[in-house]
Amino acid sequence: MTTTLTRPQANAAIESPEERRRRIRTGILALVLAALGVLLAVFTAPKTAKFGLSDQFAAAQLPDISLPALPVALALAAYALVLALTQLFRGVRGRWARLLWVGFALALVVTFLCWAAAGKTFPLTNQLQGTLNLATPLILGALAGVLCERAGVINVAIEGQFLSGAFAAAVVTSATGSFWAGAFAAILAGVLIAAMLAVFAIRYRVNQVVLGVVLVVFASGITGFLFDQFVKSDSQRYNNPGVLPNVPIPVLSAIPVIGQTFFAQTLLVYAMYVAVAVVTVVLFKTRWGLRVRSVGEHPRAADTVGINVLRVRYQAVLAGGIVAGLGGAFFTIGFTGSFDKDLTAGQGFIALAALIMGRWNPLGATVAALFFGFTQQLQGQLQILQTPIPGELLVMAPYLATVVAVAGAVGRVRPPKADGEPYEKG
Amino acid sequence: MSATRPAWARELVVSAAAVVLALAVGAVLIIVSNAEVLSTWTYFFSYPPDALSASWSAVADAYGALFSGAFGGWKQLAETLVQATPLICGGLGVSLAFRAGLFNIGAQGQLIIGALCAAWVGFTLHLPPGLHVLVALVAGVLGGALWGGIVGVLKARTGAHEVILTIMLNYVALYLLQWLLTTNAFQRPGRNDPISPVVDGSAQFPAIPGTRLHLGFLVALLAAGAVWWLLTRSTTGFQLRAVGANADAARTAGMSVGTAYTLAMLGAGALAGLAGVQQVLGTNAPLTDGIAGTVGFDSITVALLGRASPVGTVVAGLVFGALNAGGLQMQLQTQTPLTLTTVLQATIVLFIAAPALVRAVFRIRGEGAGAVLAKGWNA
Repeated sequence: MTTTLTRPQANAAIESPEERRRRIRTGILALVLAALGVLLAVFTAPKTAKFGLSDQFAAAQLPDISLPALPVALALAAYALVLALTQLFRGVRGRWARLLWVGFALALVVTFLCWAAAGKTFPLTNQLQGTLNLATPLILGALAGVLCERAGVINVAIEGQFLSGAFAAAVVTSATGSFWAGAFAAILAGVLIAAMLAVFAIRYRVNQVVLGVVLVVFASGITGFLFDQFVKSDSQRYNNPGVLPNVPIPVLSAIPVIGQTFFAQTLLVYAMYVAVAVVTVVLFKTRWGLRVRSVGEHPRAADTVGINVLRVRYQAVLAGGIVAGLGGAFFTIGFTGSFDKDLTAGQGFIALAALIMGRWNPLGATVAALFFGFTQQLQGQLQILQTPIPGELLVMAPYLATVVAVAGAVGRVRPPKADGEPYEKG
Repeated sequence: MSATRPAWARELVVSAAAVVLALAVGAVLIIVSNAEVLSTWTYFFSYPPDALSASWSAVADAYGALFSGAFGGWKQLAETLVQATPLICGGLGVSLAFRAGLFNIGAQGQLIIGALCAAWVGFTLHLPPGLHVLVALVAGVLGGALWGGIVGVLKARTGAHEVILTIMLNYVALYLLQWLLTTNAFQRPGRNDPISPVVDGSAQFPAIPGTRLHLGFLVALLAAGAVWWLLTRSTTGFQLRAVGANADAARTAGMSVGTAYTLAMLGAGALAGLAGVQQVLGTNAPLTDGIAGTVGFDSITVALLGRASPVGTVVAGLVFGALNAGGLQMQLQTQTPLTLTTVLQATIVLFIAAPALVRAVFRIRGEGAGAVLAKGWNA
């Protein structure tokens, strides 16, 4: 990642070989994607694609958005193609560049949707709702990773924190009948795994990637064992937590289309909103956040100015445990309403990917997590629409997209400098 | 324990102590999860012997079954070796990448692709006995190498991080397998569930009659020997280790870091692919979407337990194999869930990884290797 502060003119006139290679590489990548878009657009049926704005149960039915699929798809694919070519030959620069690329991604997505939904109705609100449901734990997990890794401790154990949080939330809520107790237990469980991560990484200086993997195995084993021994035999008593009720926020939930989706949610989703804001503000606007970032970038320098490196790292990792534990709780009391062995199914690793794609930035990680949620939900929706592409291949899309993004666009991501390096005072 | 003993002896003591600690953790789990035993603890202070004897017998029964299931006879011993075989191969794959400074979380995906290729050759081509095994084996190894190699090339050319690439390719491999199992080329005729045709007998590793122990175990040992030779005797191996130790220094010395990464991931993928070969040609499991089980992830723990050395990986693979084989017996005899062995495996590795903790608990003196392979994302 190069954060250059050069003036635009100078930038355009002189291009280093490195920048040139980068421009051409991303250009080719964009061209390939745009070509796919054009291909889809050409094969789009000349019918109307409808996008449903209210689900069937909504009190006030909104009209569907009807788009002529073929012309819209062609126009959007053409936009993507032009942008890709511009990037390849001249480079897309300037203050609008980022916006143009967001448009590029949106154009391709809508092209795809036009192709898939031509002559059918695509339930847009369903898509948004599902995206939010799938992304909520991912966002919380990725935020936990941000907190940890900004302080210099790699967190591959998010999956383990999810599992233990999900298990604790399900069992404690079932046993006590209180969602609050369940959420609290999930936080404790997440912090417990975080504490193991912290102690082994900070005190015993164990390799953190390996440690993370081992903690995932540990959490999977221990929740699986307790599930087998206790919960399975009496699931009515220990594994029947129910799902958190939706709490509509008065004014906001009345906004058409997005109101119900984003502001008539469970408390865990609101907790996610709060977490995004809090982590961002704390990390970049508070003294503690500055300390966290400094011990992750240059612990020796931080030590020199009197920051207790190890203490800050412990604090950050444990704070991450709180967030990840809540993310785990979402799987059971926020969504499915029961625990099953390994029910998080690798979502913790996806959260890790979101964290890296988001370049260790809370907002970036959130966007990446939303992207994963979107594609995961899209796959389910498209199976209903019966596109010619088999569902098993569509499930691959987010993972392939990540590979493409990481190899092509994001490239050499720069993690916090001291991420993964144990600190030894000396 | 005096500090003058050789390093390997000290490591052995720490490893053994770690196993003991892990078993202690497991014992606690067995006790607290057994309702009958737990009830004797409610009156512990009025009559302690009840609680102690009940706890002791619960733990002794479970661990007794675990031990006899792993080592109780020739058949059990053979099962331990069978269970260890894919773990050794996968563990070698992860170890090799480790030595070049790469975190290969992708053994799972490489294993799936290896199994896929080997199985396809096994049930589609019909070749004479000896040749068929060989072709299937090579196909599986090449498939795994390809899957690992993609990561190596992308890392070398674009600098993309191998952890994220390998994690993503694990999923791609899994879904690829799921899709292929719905196609005519891979689905068993007359079946609707995703299961492959039976692999020809001519493509299977011959087994010792009466046991499931097959030639694949020898292949795994040969692979370990090959990795040992590569790492300690060959120029390429030296370059891999140099890059792993300090990529900047290696680059300054004129080595191509990118080539080293690519080679390391090719080799790592090939070895993990071999683990997949073992799954389909060794124990003759049909190809399903659960073919990899948790072998790919266990390989990471095996590699760590073996400290990323070929000999260590073989030993670690045997330890895990014994736990797996014994765990099955334990579940059958004492209804202690198999998931307990997962906890034991994770705990063993956790303690091994933190020698200082083990020393503190057992008051073992002496220095010895500190944290193994401690490196960050940037390394």
